[in-house]
Amino acid sequence: MSGVISHEFEYLKPKNLDELVDFLTQYKTKAKILSGGTDLIVRIKDGFESPEVLIDIKGIGELKELKFNGNSLFIGASVTFNELIDSEVVRERYPLLWEASKSVASTAIRNRATLVGNICSAVPSLDSGPALLDYEAEVILKSRNGERKVNINEFFLGPRKTVLKEDEFVYGVLIPFINRKNGSAYVKLGRYNGEDLAQVGIGILVVEGKEYRVAHCAVGPVAARARKVEQLLNGKDLNDSLIEEAKKLIVEEISPITDIRATKEYRIHMAKIMLERGLKAAVDRLNGKGPKYGERLI
Amino acid sequence: MRKISFILNGEKRSVYVEPNDLLLDVLRDKLGDKTPKYGCGRGDCGTCTVLLNGKSVRSCLILAVEVDGQEITTLEGISKGGLTELQKYFLKHNSFQCGFCAPGMIVTLEEFLKKNPKPDEEEVKEAISGNLCRCTGYVPIIRAVMDYVKNK
Repeated sequence: MSGVISHEFEYLKPKNLDELVDFLTQYKTKAKILSGGTDLIVRIKDGFESPEVLIDIKGIGELKELKFNGNSLFIGASVTFNELIDSEVVRERYPLLWEASKSVASTAIRNRATLVGNICSAVPSLDSGPALLDYEAEVILKSRNGERKVNINEFFLGPRKTVLKEDEFVYGVLIPFINRKNGSAYVKLGRYNGEDLAQVGIGILVVEGKEYRVAHCAVGPVAARARKVEQLLNGKDLNDSLIEEAKKLIVEEISPITDIRATKEYRIHMAKIMLERGLKAAVDRLNGKGPKYGERLI
Repeated sequence: MRKISFILNGEKRSVYVEPNDLLLDVLRDKLGDKTPKYGCGRGDCGTCTVLLNGKSVRSCLILAVEVDGQEITTLEGISKGGLTELQKYFLKHNSFQCGFCAPGMIVTLEEFLKKNPKPDEEEVKEAISGNLCRCTGYVPIIRAVMDYVKNK
């Protein structure tokens, strides 16, 4: 037997959004939404989650949509990481998201794991976090009472905590398109390729006109933007002394912990190095040079 | 208990399952297909990999009820007509010690080589990076894949 699930639950598979809303209104916190299950099933096996009902959303067509309308990209709740990687629009127009998606676990996990599942799990190390934060993505939440949009910067409340209410679900994520030249980099430190979570993740987006966006994951309770570093960098050309100042500032913005994967001290040390490499790569890429997207920077 | 039906290795199969039954257990214990192995049970090691509608997935993380109406291919299905060419190269290069990781490796490579028939060594390494071999057998595995690719 394969680490069987001893906990019993009911399985529901709504055919459309109305049915999903009905189920959520009825079961509220007793229900959990199942999409890829790469996180949830492990949580149930470990006894951290014990839902009475699992609601499988993979039968709802609208949630599978990945659409670009010229101004923004819509990523439906059941779009997988491999669907993002295979999308030409994502690769060409949202390379930071593409690079971050490539860093998620392995092919077989990415064939199931979804970006929306990643943000709903809201673990501090979520790889999609820095990219979504830098792109100023909006999360579309729906419930019986209608729809609301929340900026990703306000979405995470703490480890595994989000603003999602008990009868709400995430319909999808909307990412505005930056219509100016830009370069970006997601630098991820893991113990080995293939499956590991980030020990530190740094996402950099540099937009033409000397605008810098810097976000991090796995070095604080939630993935977040490094606003002080951004303020320092904005409007300036990148050079060695500026990078040194930025490295000093990033330490003030992160609050890593020591856990099974790395010590606090190691994370702080690496965050500085990764910030430097990320900034250089992003600026180089903006200028049409530098490493190819997807190439490991650490 | 509910009845689910799906295509397993080209044949329609029906089976009664509980909502909390995992696909891996149903394949092994109820349908007698022992090629997917139970390793870590958490999606990390890749020994339980099967193809779901042609895409590699971890059968230890999928509920059996989720595959109702879908198509599952295991190693048994891949090598239905006898050993595949890739498997022959695995034999040629002794690309296994205990053999436990081999089914997951072959299934993973089946999807990968279809998508990328002429990979370089780095791409092969990346493709099998989610499949752990605890006998340190990666070198002969990569050698077998590269030899297979070269001679195809």
